[in-house]
Amino acid sequence: MLGTALIVFREIFEASLIVSIVAAATRGLSSRLRWIGGGILAGILGAMLVAGFADVIANFASGVGQEIFNASVLFAAAGMITWHVLWMSSHGKAMAKDLGSVSAAVKSGARPPSALLFVVAIAILREGSEIVLFMYGLAAGGSSMTTLIAGSALGLIAGIAAGTALYFGLLRIPPGKMFSATNWLLILVAAGMASQGAHFLIQADLIPALGSQLWNTSALVANGSMAGQTLHALIGYDARPTGMQILFFIVVVAGIGLTMSLQRKSALPKKTSGSPKAVTSPQPG
Amino acid sequence: MLMALAACSGSDIPEHTLVLENHKFTPDQIDIPHGQKVKIKVENRDDAYEEFDSDSLGREKVIPGKSSGVVVIGPLETGKYPFMGEYHHETAQGLVVVQ
Repeated sequence: MLGTALIVFREIFEASLIVSIVAAATRGLSSRLRWIGGGILAGILGAMLVAGFADVIANFASGVGQEIFNASVLFAAAGMITWHVLWMSSHGKAMAKDLGSVSAAVKSGARPPSALLFVVAIAILREGSEIVLFMYGLAAGGSSMTTLIAGSALGLIAGIAAGTALYFGLLRIPPGKMFSATNWLLILVAAGMASQGAHFLIQADLIPALGSQLWNTSALVANGSMAGQTLHALIGYDARPTGMQILFFIVVVAGIGLTMSLQRKSALPKKTSGSPKAVTSPQPG
Repeated sequence: MLMALAACSGSDIPEHTLVLENHKFTPDQIDIPHGQKVKIKVENRDDAYEEFDSDSLGREKVIPGKSSGVVVIGPLETGKYPFMGEYHHETAQGLVVVQ
């Protein structure tokens, strides 16, 4: 039973961390519970669907369909996070002061949380489909149903508890810093997802590794350890990263960071309407 | 020799086959030279799904029952790289030895 619990926990854990970061990042958005709930539900349905078509996916593209599938959903999720983060940062000035105005902006039309619904769904779909396949194998192999259900319930509860703990940890960040903290956390998650996607394409031998092992920190933080898995979910940590993974990571972080600073610059001249001080002070360009 | 020939021809990288039966790998050890890319074909003869999983190799791949999947590893430095079938790790254990 503990073996089952451990495997289920391992799969749930990373998805749970992603969901809690999304939950913290969307704090103050009135519709977020619906979005997150919808994402979880879509993820569970997707997981069953992916598990059901596991054979088809595996045999697609001469045996590397799974890698292509994983890489695609990871890149899509990274793209969605990027979109969300850039949207938030361009509307950020108003938001940092008053979380309520985001809700207003969301209600008025331009809605970013739908992007994060997709991210929640994908996190659950990826890990969940492996649980389904694992359970299916155990059930087919004649394992007792009670053991199976008790074990997976235990793993599920522990995994959700870990995510909940992170969520409440994030809530302790002062509201003024909350926005930029969760935004940066999301940027790291996106970069980590992109580098994991690159890792899958290297596994399928579709792109070069650019150095199959740049360094090895597995003595410090092993991939399978709790710390390793946490960092894997947060920044795509790999104890033995390839050059390509690092490249993907850097490109995403630098790309988003650069775009955000450009947004900030172009937003400067328009700021005059906000505060009376801005009118009198000289504005560059 | 055949593998070396295949590598020389440039058409493909050397391939090793791992058979998974009764949740055990045969052979349970693969010897490969260092600094070279190698293809591992995992042939799952069981009915159940298996996940080829190795922290040290950084590889994870679900192999459906009664089918096979290919995992490319390397180039690697000399050393021992354990792998397992995660869903039946009590018995499904193996080792890649890089010389």
